[in-house]
Amino acid sequence: MALIASRSPMDIPILEIQNLTKHYAEVKAVDGISFAIQRGTCFGLLGPNGAGKTTTMEVIEGIIPETFGDILYKGAPRGESFTQEVGIQLQNTELPLFLTVEETLESFRNLYTQRANKKSLIAACRLEEILKRDNRKISGGQKQRLLLAMALANDPDLIFLDEPTTGLDPQARRHLWEIVENLKKGGTTVVLTTHYMEEAQNLCDEIAIMDHGHIIATGKTNTLLDAHCKGASITLPGTSIDSGTAPLSTPWFRLSDGRISIQTEDLDATLRELVAMNIDLSRIVVSPQTLEDLFLKLTGKALRN
Amino acid sequence: MFTRIWTLFKARNIEFYRDRSALGWSLLFPFLVIAGFSLIFSENSQKLYKAGILKTKTADILPESHHLISHPLIQAIDISNSKRALSKLRHHQLDILLAPDTGHYWINNDSTKGTLLEEILLGGGRQTTGPFTKQVVTGELIPYVEWLFPGVLGMNMMFSALFGVGYVVVRYRKNGVLKRLSVTPVRPWEFLTAQILSRIIVMLATTGIVYGICTAIYGFTCRGSIYALFTIFLSGGLAMIALGLLLAARGNSEELAGGILNLISWPMMFLSGVWFSLEGAAPWVQTLSRAFPLTHLIEGARKVMNDGAGFHDIQWEIAILLAMAFICLTAGSLLFQWKKD
Repeated sequence: MALIASRSPMDIPILEIQNLTKHYAEVKAVDGISFAIQRGTCFGLLGPNGAGKTTTMEVIEGIIPETFGDILYKGAPRGESFTQEVGIQLQNTELPLFLTVEETLESFRNLYTQRANKKSLIAACRLEEILKRDNRKISGGQKQRLLLAMALANDPDLIFLDEPTTGLDPQARRHLWEIVENLKKGGTTVVLTTHYMEEAQNLCDEIAIMDHGHIIATGKTNTLLDAHCKGASITLPGTSIDSGTAPLSTPWFRLSDGRISIQTEDLDATLRELVAMNIDLSRIVVSPQTLEDLFLKLTGKALRN
Repeated sequence: MFTRIWTLFKARNIEFYRDRSALGWSLLFPFLVIAGFSLIFSENSQKLYKAGILKTKTADILPESHHLISHPLIQAIDISNSKRALSKLRHHQLDILLAPDTGHYWINNDSTKGTLLEEILLGGGRQTTGPFTKQVVTGELIPYVEWLFPGVLGMNMMFSALFGVGYVVVRYRKNGVLKRLSVTPVRPWEFLTAQILSRIIVMLATTGIVYGICTAIYGFTCRGSIYALFTIFLSGGLAMIALGLLLAARGNSEELAGGILNLISWPMMFLSGVWFSLEGAAPWVQTLSRAFPLTHLIEGARKVMNDGAGFHDIQWEIAILLAMAFICLTAGSLLFQWKKD
């Protein structure tokens, strides 16, 4: 108790999740997960579809009730301050029909006591050119930027982004990453779910990888990469290796598209081994290991299965 | 709190105003109904029966056939082809066929209307009234269209309330707008209040516009207190919006919501006395009709517009409608869900 009492408010994690569990009738969507998020960081919740990321987010956001567990915002149970100080971008939200981008944004700003500066918000989310446009006439990337602006309407201390770049083209995705980077620079805490490992590697300071409602790995992104992703990832056509092939000294996995993935910490040795086995290497792809490979290593399956 | 309600109220009004098809329909629909009925009940509005009159070879017509041909409730249709006329009689397109020079007439034995016209034709020569004495109702005549007018206004309000609130709330829930609002400081009652205020103003405005246009074109008058009329429309509107919110308190299927709203609105449209009086209807039908807010709205509006009533005369209708609004709104608020479980 003395320890806790001596902590300054800034030392207290902005969000602490303890043994959070969400059970449906026959499904354990979230099964006893715990983590803490420090102020001003970007925390990534990663995992394939159905891992429990969105359920976790929605329980924390207060959309669905938890079965049990504790959710502490700034060291206390969530209250009125949580809804006032937190920004949320949900997955698959439709915008109000017949309203313009500016009217939508203005409406959301007016729902809060504390409001972000309108001009700064429009500039930050690059909405200048579409302000007068009807919500029904904006592109997917513009819609995501508007949804993000709506989530920032109250100048939040903490913002939840649930798969904000799903379905976007690479350019729109890069735009959104830049906005999130700027948020981080401004001191806003970001909680992000994604199944794009590249996104997590680029944006997140800390990550938790989820699968089947559990957290299977958590830590600082760089630490996890250093610890588990030192080597290289080799991808080969599906017919290169089969059950008749002599066993490799390093484990290999078959991806959902049929290709073979080999994770190795000694690229030279593995390549020599493949050559010795007379495997056709004409279509080999070698790349540094990523979080995607870490997930493959931990679960034996690819993230986007 | 008031800022949030005002924001949601304003956003909903903008949506309604920009949804030109919905706005246009809410103004056009009652006007079309009144215009249509006005046309239907203008020239031959009182003609309930059709008598085919075969063209005579000579100009001689039996005097006894005159009262049938010129009867105000009977539409006399001149026909030259007797074969075609008999075919129409067989198919109930005519109720009676008469050759007025010879006195021959034909009826379809399966037609009750034909039997009634036969009675009229055969009684045509009677000169005395017998034991009966005719009395005439005095007072200002109220044409059917004018009697219908408050019902059509009420019906338009009903559709606007049920579909403009109930259906829209379900659509908001289905596409995630409500879920998004649920994670803002907006509380359910604030959202519901904004919807009610927005819709009641829209309803009263459209009703006022239709009322103004129809009274200008057709010369309808409000014989009673215009303030009482406003109050009955206000309380009726609130009751039906609250009913719409209750029906939309849960669920996210637009198809199911549409079905439920139709299930409620169609019986209400036919059993609330919009088109005809329920005086002769079965007792259970009359009892059922008392459960519909539209019944009380129309009764109150007709009392004011047709009979010249004031506040005092429609206090029960207003009280019942406000009670219905309170009950439906309370139940709707308690059952309301931002998102489907």
